[in-house]
Amino acid sequence: MLLGRPVWDGCGVSIAVRSGAARTGASDAPGSGRVLECVDLHKRFGELEAVRGVSFGIDEGETYGLLGPNGAGKTTTISMVCGLLEHDSGEVFVAGKRLTSRSVEEKAAIGYVPQELAIYPDLSARENLEFFARLYGLPRGQAADRVNDVLAVIGLADRAGEPTRNFSGGMQRRLNIGIGLLHRPRLLILDEPTVGVDPQSRNAILESVERLSSEGMAVLYTTHYMEEAERLCDRIGIVDLGELKAEGTRAELVALVGEHDGVSIDGVGDLEAAARELEILAPVRTARVRDGGIELIVDHARTVLPELLRAAAEAGVAVASVEVTEPDLEAVFLHLTGKALRD
Amino acid sequence: MRPALVILGKDLRQRLRDRSALLVAIVVPLVLASIFGLIFHDAIGGRLSFQLGLVDQDHGPAAQAFASSALAPLERRGLITVVREPSLPAGRRAADQNKVAATFVIPAGFSRAVGHDRAAAIRVLGSVDSSIGAQIAQSIARSFAEATNTARIVAAATGAKTISAPLVASVPAPVSIADVSTKSRQLDAGTFYAAGMAVFFLFFTVQFGISSILAERRDGTLARMLVAPIHRNAIVTGKLLTSLVLGCASMGVLAIATHFLLAAHWGNVLGVTILIATGVLAATCVMTLVATLARTPDQAQSWQTMVALVLGMLGGAFFPVAQAGGLLATLSLATPQAWFIRGLENMTGGAGVSAVLGPAAAILTFALITGGLAFTRLGRLVAR
Repeated sequence: MLLGRPVWDGCGVSIAVRSGAARTGASDAPGSGRVLECVDLHKRFGELEAVRGVSFGIDEGETYGLLGPNGAGKTTTISMVCGLLEHDSGEVFVAGKRLTSRSVEEKAAIGYVPQELAIYPDLSARENLEFFARLYGLPRGQAADRVNDVLAVIGLADRAGEPTRNFSGGMQRRLNIGIGLLHRPRLLILDEPTVGVDPQSRNAILESVERLSSEGMAVLYTTHYMEEAERLCDRIGIVDLGELKAEGTRAELVALVGEHDGVSIDGVGDLEAAARELEILAPVRTARVRDGGIELIVDHARTVLPELLRAAAEAGVAVASVEVTEPDLEAVFLHLTGKALRD
Repeated sequence: MRPALVILGKDLRQRLRDRSALLVAIVVPLVLASIFGLIFHDAIGGRLSFQLGLVDQDHGPAAQAFASSALAPLERRGLITVVREPSLPAGRRAADQNKVAATFVIPAGFSRAVGHDRAAAIRVLGSVDSSIGAQIAQSIARSFAEATNTARIVAAATGAKTISAPLVASVPAPVSIADVSTKSRQLDAGTFYAAGMAVFFLFFTVQFGISSILAERRDGTLARMLVAPIHRNAIVTGKLLTSLVLGCASMGVLAIATHFLLAAHWGNVLGVTILIATGVLAATCVMTLVATLARTPDQAQSWQTMVALVLGMLGGAFFPVAQAGGLLATLSLATPQAWFIRGLENMTGGAGVSAVLGPAAAILTFALITGGLAFTRLGRLVAR
């Protein structure tokens, strides 16, 4: 999927930049109040050490992404963060208070949206929300107001009285998230909320998260979708085999890897000769012919792109299209773990 | 306590919308109690009575002796009704059409054969649709034959040349069928099956409460509750309350419904209330124990069904197992169902609350033992 903006368009050739984080760098610095602090968390299930010394923190208004493949330890980590699971060692502080699985009042600061749908299909959307609102200690009148607010936010006000089993998957997902927002938590934990969701609902979910974060809520978001992490997260922690391999802003992570840009040239002509000519150029690290095109690894692709196209044309290649690929989290993950994110 | 009540309210709302729960808690036990009550009305607590035909082709003294000394006493006690048929075809037809359970046929020359020590036979034409009645008829005929043979021995011993009717009649009554219509400590069929089915299905009804924790774990909603700012005990308490409320509601509705619809006589209201309360507690405790042993809701349901069936059968919810005596009767005392029914039996004839205290104590003991074991494992239900 091409997410970036077109950088050049002419002569029948279309060029696009893939990726580009929506929110990167220190300019989006979150608020100063630390909402979550995890220190050296460990969890073992028998022989399996599921989480190994994970530490990170989230500030008010910050969205922190835990990015890793299935089985990396993301869900185990957030299960300890929200007090579902007792950690073997380490500490969790939520809103400045130590949290364990036995904590009660401390959990009031947390809104939890599990990966799987956790709603009652035989109850209506309103009844689902009312039940959890009451469970979170909201007085009856206040609960009714909040339920109405949340129903409006998640766009289910007009179908509030229907049993949720009649809802589409996307509507159920929205309700699933809405339950986590009922009590206005300081920390919202979303465990892969877009798995199995259609593109339209997925976009609505991502927009909701962006809005909540902008309103000052701290968000812990786990995903194995690189695009979501890049779009939503102020900072990202890369998790694999129970360890936090690296964390930082997208720019920091990419810089950490030092990856070069990729350029893909599609065209017809003597591709082998063109590849040899291109490889001579200083910014070009590698040039490899593939079916119907040439793959290049270069420094500063945007700057040298005209030079690359000219060299290809001089080598007798009629260029049909060019695509520039900037280094992304996928590449970072590959660099850090030696495997693809979705392996 | 408030979170537990919130969970109770949600669970009750779900159960009220679940037709299968209503079926198990109310409809099925009511229907089964009606059916069993009708089928076994005469066999349990009612009066046993069969209609039997008689074709007398002999008209001699031995035939009269059979009618007067073998059949008449049983008829007077209401245990049988004798219908005289004019001919063998008519008698056979009555049995074939199940108008009578069986027809006795006394052939011509029967008295002469009996009187002169020759072979004689009473034929019994049984209805295929009334096997018990036919067997009773055979027993009556066989017993009369044995009495006649006894009379022959008496005649031989005393030097009498013929067997007379007074001699046959002097032999003790050939057949003894106890009148089972006792009024003392015996529930009538309607009440027995109303109570039996109610207490049998009670064990299925309470499942819906405590076992729903396992379903909530499977469906992810338990995790959501565990993240809420409530004590984990509140979740278990809410589920236990659901079981208790469902059990009490089911038993209460069934007691009232069977009283009015099936004319069941449950007895003293306070006594019945005590039995229901202890019975619901026992059912909840044992089903909770089973739930704590299971890993999945399906596993829990299977095991709970087995436990409910075994306890129900052994406890005499379907048949009065205690009357079988022996090991079975002893084992039945280990079930709350048996004590529940015994408590109701103790109240028949107008006995008061004191009559149920013993059975209630036995049920409570069962509840304490199973509940104590369940308590040690309750944490598993809300652990991740």
